[in-house]
Amino acid sequence: MAALLQHPGYEEERLQRVAEQLPCREVQAGILLSLMGQPHQYSYPSIFIYGHRASGKSHVMHVLLKELELPHATVSCVECVSVALLFEQVLLSFFGCDAASLLPRSASLSDFVRIYRQQCSQSPAKQTRYIVMEKAELLRDTDANLLPALLRLQELVEDNVTIILLSEIVWDKFRPNTGCFEPLLLHFPDYSKGELHTILSQDRHPSYSDEFYSSYINILLGVFYSVCRDLRELRHLAALNFSKFCEPLEEGKVKETDTHKLWRNIEPHLKKAMQTVYLREVSSVQWEQMQQTEEKENGALRGLSAHTHVELPYYSKFLLIAAYLASYNPARTDKRFFLKHHGKIRKTNFLKKNEKTSNHLLGPKPFPLDRLLAIFYSVVDSRVAPTASIFSQISSLVTLQLLTQVSHDDQLDAPKYKCAVSMDFICAISRTVNFEIVKYLYDFL
Amino acid sequence: RDTTWPYQCFGCFVFKPSAKKKKTLSLADHFIHGCEGAENSEKRFKLCQDLWDQIKTDTEVLQDELNRNILDSLLDFTRKCSSTRQHSDWASQMRASEIPTAALVLGVNVPDHDMTFQSLSDLLQQSVTPYVASVQAKECGALKHLIKRVLERLMGTVVTVDDEEEEEAEQTSAQHHKSVHCSLSTLCDWYNTKTKKSNTGTPGKKRSSPVRDGPQQPPVVIIFKDLEAFNPRVLQDFILICSRYIERLPLMFIFGIATSPSTIQHLLPHSVSSLLCIELFQSLSCTQHLATVIDKLILTKQFPFKLNGKVMQVLISIFLYHDFSVRKFIKGIQLALLEHFHSQPLSVLCCKKKEALLNVMQLDHLDLERIRHLLSFKRYVEKQEPREQVDLLTDDTHLKEVCQKLIKDLHKYHKNYYPILRCLHTLTSSLPRYPLGKQIRELHLICLEKNVWESEDYQSAMKLLKMLAKDELIALLQRCAEILQPAKSKKIKSALVQLEDMLTKFKQLDSNITSPLKHLQKKTDLAQLQKTLLEMNESRRAKKLSPFEVLRNEALEFIDSLVKSHLSPPESQVLNEVCYYTSSATVRRHLNATPRTSIQAALNSPFYYLQNDRLKTEDGTVSNAAPDICIAYATVVSAAEGNDPDSDNFGKVDEVKHARFIRAVSELEFLGFIKSTKQKTDHVARLTWGGC
Repeated sequence: MAALLQHPGYEEERLQRVAEQLPCREVQAGILLSLMGQPHQYSYPSIFIYGHRASGKSHVMHVLLKELELPHATVSCVECVSVALLFEQVLLSFFGCDAASLLPRSASLSDFVRIYRQQCSQSPAKQTRYIVMEKAELLRDTDANLLPALLRLQELVEDNVTIILLSEIVWDKFRPNTGCFEPLLLHFPDYSKGELHTILSQDRHPSYSDEFYSSYINILLGVFYSVCRDLRELRHLAALNFSKFCEPLEEGKVKETDTHKLWRNIEPHLKKAMQTVYLREVSSVQWEQMQQTEEKENGALRGLSAHTHVELPYYSKFLLIAAYLASYNPARTDKRFFLKHHGKIRKTNFLKKNEKTSNHLLGPKPFPLDRLLAIFYSVVDSRVAPTASIFSQISSLVTLQLLTQVSHDDQLDAPKYKCAVSMDFICAISRTVNFEIVKYLYDFL
Repeated sequence: RDTTWPYQCFGCFVFKPSAKKKKTLSLADHFIHGCEGAENSEKRFKLCQDLWDQIKTDTEVLQDELNRNILDSLLDFTRKCSSTRQHSDWASQMRASEIPTAALVLGVNVPDHDMTFQSLSDLLQQSVTPYVASVQAKECGALKHLIKRVLERLMGTVVTVDDEEEEEAEQTSAQHHKSVHCSLSTLCDWYNTKTKKSNTGTPGKKRSSPVRDGPQQPPVVIIFKDLEAFNPRVLQDFILICSRYIERLPLMFIFGIATSPSTIQHLLPHSVSSLLCIELFQSLSCTQHLATVIDKLILTKQFPFKLNGKVMQVLISIFLYHDFSVRKFIKGIQLALLEHFHSQPLSVLCCKKKEALLNVMQLDHLDLERIRHLLSFKRYVEKQEPREQVDLLTDDTHLKEVCQKLIKDLHKYHKNYYPILRCLHTLTSSLPRYPLGKQIRELHLICLEKNVWESEDYQSAMKLLKMLAKDELIALLQRCAEILQPAKSKKIKSALVQLEDMLTKFKQLDSNITSPLKHLQKKTDLAQLQKTLLEMNESRRAKKLSPFEVLRNEALEFIDSLVKSHLSPPESQVLNEVCYYTSSATVRRHLNATPRTSIQAALNSPFYYLQNDRLKTEDGTVSNAAPDICIAYATVVSAAEGNDPDSDNFGKVDEVKHARFIRAVSELEFLGFIKSTKQKTDHVARLTWGGC
């Protein structure tokens, strides 16, 4: 395998170490090595690597640069709340903190380039310098000139420097309207099932044999491979459930080789894990505790999404109901529902062509405050004074994200809202105030 | 937790004190200013303040007790998290290191949460870790602000964000502090130097901190007070960053959730929530909280100050219908307290019995006249002998003596009222359909309003009690006896003796009762069987009651007599005005304002606000001397919908009038009474609700 990683510029021994640390990514590492060339050679100005989460992008870059002892700066774009932070980190790892402190407050790109050039003339690169940017997709949200400039940084600073962008998104989604220097694209494909198996088998438990752990991973992948290919998650799940897998072995019921019995023991357990701990309905700590306390109180632990009940003040409930009605009923039908003597109007008379589809399928529609209040005052059973607290309840509902404000915050005159709760939720709320909401919904007429 | 009186903010003073006085005005001066019956106002202020201080400390203690369970479990959680970090077995090495997160569900009464979070962070700092930072959504609009706040609160330094708007503030403070960069690696470095220092045992400040015995790596706790209000993007990015540092920095989150835990899943995608290890903590519901507060604050003789039924009703309905806020409920009590002592000169007698008796002796003639004008006192006088009547109305010293007796009676009334109220509630709260309410506050409200025993609900409750099985009835009576146990008043004591008597009789029934049917089983003779059956039938016809039924009726009659003698409404008590605050309208006006109604009132009757009688008109129309906007408003109101309100003003008008008209119209539009329609030029529509 190590034959793939060969390059005249680097010692055989180091390449060997790299290869060992990068199982199933030898091809990509090989391509990268040949792109990078020998340390003193100029490399391609920018390389764009994309692939799904946990497909080894950062890991490969990290191992390569570290083992081959190449000068590099690794920056996570999510962490750089301002571009100045990004510049600072780069300067810091290339030229030390003195250089970084030269950056003025709110540094601009040209400040960065100026200082870089100045520093670089003092200590010119003997080897290619690498700047690795993780989560590069966030660069799209920064100043429009940053990404094009970084892609041609080599020209700008006249130094042997290469930018490596890592992203989960394809390059097509990056390309600015004005065009820019095209980086070299490199795709990291997802690990195959076999590859996942190889990688996961490597972190076996010290007190068990290779085969035993490997068979465990096999079973685990059998259950989870269809829903999750994220190496990090799979490794996490493997660690969480391994003790359960070993249980019959510990109790002396089964031998290590009796895979079928072991499978029968663990399979339902893993299926349950898929519905709970994998979705983070139950936290991993709670999951481990559950395994220890055994099935006695099985099902006692409810997942996060099982708690949906929200207690609200009486009028807030009606405001929410009114908002729901306003969001899902066409405004024309308000007369039919809320006027006492509306006469008999059948649904067919109402129907417009586009309304034949259910309003619930189309999602909530925005409504103005006036309409919300008009419906509110007609559904609430007692006389309510239009007090300040009614209005403040509306804004509370917005902060609780039960309503969303559609219009801009600045629009004080006739703000618009949407109702953001589900049918089940509103039905539960209506039941507590004895309001039959279905009777008032156009879709259920 | 502000201790200031809510007076200024309620705008009680129409006239501003002059600038000179302003500097020296204390709370007491504010109170005395414009106070009803100024002679003893200082004393009343003192009483009022003492009472409020007591109520305040009591509620704080109560709050802490109520939160104790959840806070304790949270503290345990943080301790556990910091201790499990140090494990180095295979499983914990292999599994992804997630950020321990406590999802704390607190309910929708967001204003109440501040106190909980305050005590939570205090407790954490005392016993687990000195590194606690709380953030709330409104100060964290962008990721950099969130990081900045966290860093500032943890490190106590100024943090630089490259932002123009903050430039100025930073420049001034830069001289004092060494500002640091706004990134988590700064925090990480800082944390490492801090923990290293304390491990090697630095002298000075650190020594006194109680954290020294704690784990070597105390966790860094970040509290998100209002999770729902956070921008999801900001939160996701922050969690992503934090998870990059979790190996080096023992971070921990506490999410304050107002709605339900499923909001976490709405806010965070799986890729982010998989970085967290979320455990759920559910706090007491706010209705339970209110019940405890009412139980400890209202339904007790400990506080001489009382609310009448209407005021209670207003406060409770604001709570249930509008905000669920216990804090606001207590603020309401505070307002009532203040209003009572401010507006009722006789409130000088609203204090502990001994003090009240003393204060009676110090009443001056004016105060005694006030007593004579009290409605309850007038009713009392009417019932007396003619001679006594004359004495009461003319002889001040005699009146003082009588007042002492009356005050004693009032205190006795309260002493008996609450235990009996609780008894009645115990008996009726589990009856089907709750004829007298599920919560004790409902029963209390009924009793405050009228004679409870005259209500239909009471009758039906009594009927239902008669249908109870023996065991249930005994259990309920047993609980009543427990309630009466601690009471000290003579009447209650004797009632307790009677009740216990009955209970023993009930229990004796068990041993010596033999139902006729039991006899029946022994008989085999047909003739005798017929005879007994006939006898049984006859006894039923004659409504001969079984011993249990007799005893049950006796017990219920006894309860009924207790209710009748002790649960009469406070209005029936002489001198009740001293202790009871009655102005529900004031409380409602202050706590549940209706801005639109006020504006309408101002527009309809400008003379009231402008204090100009010439604007007054008899027939309710607006005089033509009124401000333009009032006239315009009247026009809008009288114009039928769809009509153009402009029409009658148009015609031959000069330019000034026209300009004034246009101005009035735009003012109305600004106030949200009309809006211009886009269908026609110069056409406006009337608005019903207006903007917020």
